[in-house]
Amino acid sequence: MHWLGALRKQAITRFSQVGFPSTHQEDWRFTNVQSIAEGAFAIGTPAPNTLSEAQLNELAGTADHEPRLVFVDGVWSAALSRLSGLPRGVRVESLSHAVLETPEIVSRHLARYAKYQENSFTALSTAFLRDGAFVHFGRDVEWDHPIQIIFAASGSEGLAIYPRCLVVVEERAKAVVQELHTGAAGRYFTNAVTEVVVSSGARLEHCRIQRDAEDAYHVATTQSHQGPDSVLESCSVAFGAGLSRHDVGAVLDGPGAYLTLNGLSVLSGRQHADHHTVIDHAQPHCESHELFNGVFDEQARGVFNGRIVVRPGAQRTDSKQTNNNLLLSKEARADSQPQLEIYADDVKCTHGATLGPLDDTSMFYLRSRGIDVREARKLLTYGFGADIVGRVRSEPIRRDLNRMLVDRLSRLPMGEMPS
Amino acid sequence: MTILEVRNLHATVEGKEILRGIDLTVSPGEVHAIMGPNGSGKSTLAQVLAGHPAYQVTQGSIAYLGKDLLDLDPEERAREGLFLAFQYPVSVRGITNAYFLRAAVNAVRKARGLEEYDPIDFLEILQAKLKTIGWDDSLMNRPVNEGFSGGEKKRNEILQMAVLEPTLAVLDETDSGLDIDALKTVAEAVTRLKRPESATILVTHYQRLLNYIIPDRVHVLLEGRMVKSGGRELALELEARGYDWTRPEAAVA
Repeated sequence: MHWLGALRKQAITRFSQVGFPSTHQEDWRFTNVQSIAEGAFAIGTPAPNTLSEAQLNELAGTADHEPRLVFVDGVWSAALSRLSGLPRGVRVESLSHAVLETPEIVSRHLARYAKYQENSFTALSTAFLRDGAFVHFGRDVEWDHPIQIIFAASGSEGLAIYPRCLVVVEERAKAVVQELHTGAAGRYFTNAVTEVVVSSGARLEHCRIQRDAEDAYHVATTQSHQGPDSVLESCSVAFGAGLSRHDVGAVLDGPGAYLTLNGLSVLSGRQHADHHTVIDHAQPHCESHELFNGVFDEQARGVFNGRIVVRPGAQRTDSKQTNNNLLLSKEARADSQPQLEIYADDVKCTHGATLGPLDDTSMFYLRSRGIDVREARKLLTYGFGADIVGRVRSEPIRRDLNRMLVDRLSRLPMGEMPS
Repeated sequence: MTILEVRNLHATVEGKEILRGIDLTVSPGEVHAIMGPNGSGKSTLAQVLAGHPAYQVTQGSIAYLGKDLLDLDPEERAREGLFLAFQYPVSVRGITNAYFLRAAVNAVRKARGLEEYDPIDFLEILQAKLKTIGWDDSLMNRPVNEGFSGGEKKRNEILQMAVLEPTLAVLDETDSGLDIDALKTVAEAVTRLKRPESATILVTHYQRLLNYIIPDRVHVLLEGRMVKSGGRELALELEARGYDWTRPEAAVA
């Protein structure tokens, strides 16, 4: 049997053993996925041409980037993708194509980092792995132009979509990748897996934006693996979906590796977003900076669980974690849990979390400069999001994200105004 | 017209009376220094003038340019030209200094029926202001006060003052925590920004700021009351003798 077939078979076997997680499991205490389990979601017949270019651009909400690799309902769309003008050493293509072209690279990395044995949604996604995005930067290739990967859902009722991404940045190469998940209104279920490899001395900025339809379910795993002296700047944004869960795992597996892991949620209505992150300091002299901000209005709910593991021998680890949650209404809720597991003695690890409404002192400061209550609230709320957006290094992505943030905030009722 | 007329001002915070009958008159062109030991009510007076909602005025009146200041919200006071340089400037995450300054200036302009500045126009105005006070634009693209040193925060307050061109500027302990060079820079900027139609109130614990900004009047605040007023020489005397001798009971003994 072909290795990919075998992988899928193992994954479905694993999923049938473990099934969907329940809230009795510690990692899923705050996020109930019963509605996904009982949602009768099924994979459909591929129909990659169900979205027009105009519809796609509207859903994506980004500037018209090139190169861009587009998938509609999980199926690669040749018509909507634009892949000309790639520099030598840069490959951006569908995974099904890459499997045929360079099976050795794909099989060396695919499903090696996002372990389906350990996460039932990853198992489910791997079992139904059909296609996905493949980005490969060869050794020493530097290109700061963002590679845009769009997974757009047509909004088909009851559809299950299993997007997959494999991003491999070889030694000393430099890359920028934007991964965007979006969809037309509808009740669908996305279960995505992204694997990221940043080799020795390489550098990657990876910005993942989720703005799925408000009735959609979005579950995802992003797992990165870094070599010595590599730099990964990762960002996870949740603006959409009724229920979303993103497991972000990062392994710093070479001395001198550097990671920034940032995240932003802006939610309203009855939206729920759960970020579970695991930063694994497996080697000495690595540094990680984690900052997640959340803005929650109406009955929205945010969950942040940040686990940091410092392995025995990972001396001189420098790790900082911060989680700020802004609650714009009395009904909004956020849960924040740091989880530090430190097995080395010469390390610097700090964490901190804030939770609450807009700060009175900040409000007075802005008002004392002539800004009225309503504007002050808007400005401070925007600042919560802009704090994350402003840290995105790639200018085209930063602009896109800022536009999306402003758009998302404009649809917040901002709670009741104080008198 | 006088700029500020404070009459028999009493104010409380969380039910505790801090100001117990303050009188103060400030006219155009004047610099007033309000001095006093810690806990005397200096900062409370500054906060009450700016309209901090945590402070309740229980008695007395404040007239500002002939209007009842206590009728105005903090943002309305700012739009009428009152400015408070905070003792502890607040950091605002995600909002750059340049953006914040423009938002403040435009809020004031809008309220006055003037056209709002677009980012390009404002950048020019900002550059000109920076030049006037001899500063560079290194703080402009950083989030407001975030990660700023003590000196940078105080400098930033003065920059906001420069851009907003207040009629009455209240500087609350702007000198505290500054080394002598930073103090000079801030004092020079304040002096350079003085206009004949505007006035300044310096709230300070120490005399040393007054070496660089010469006050017209010096007032001593003790336990919520003005116990002494005089010219610049009063500040020098306070420097030499401390505050104890200004206590009313000291005069009796």
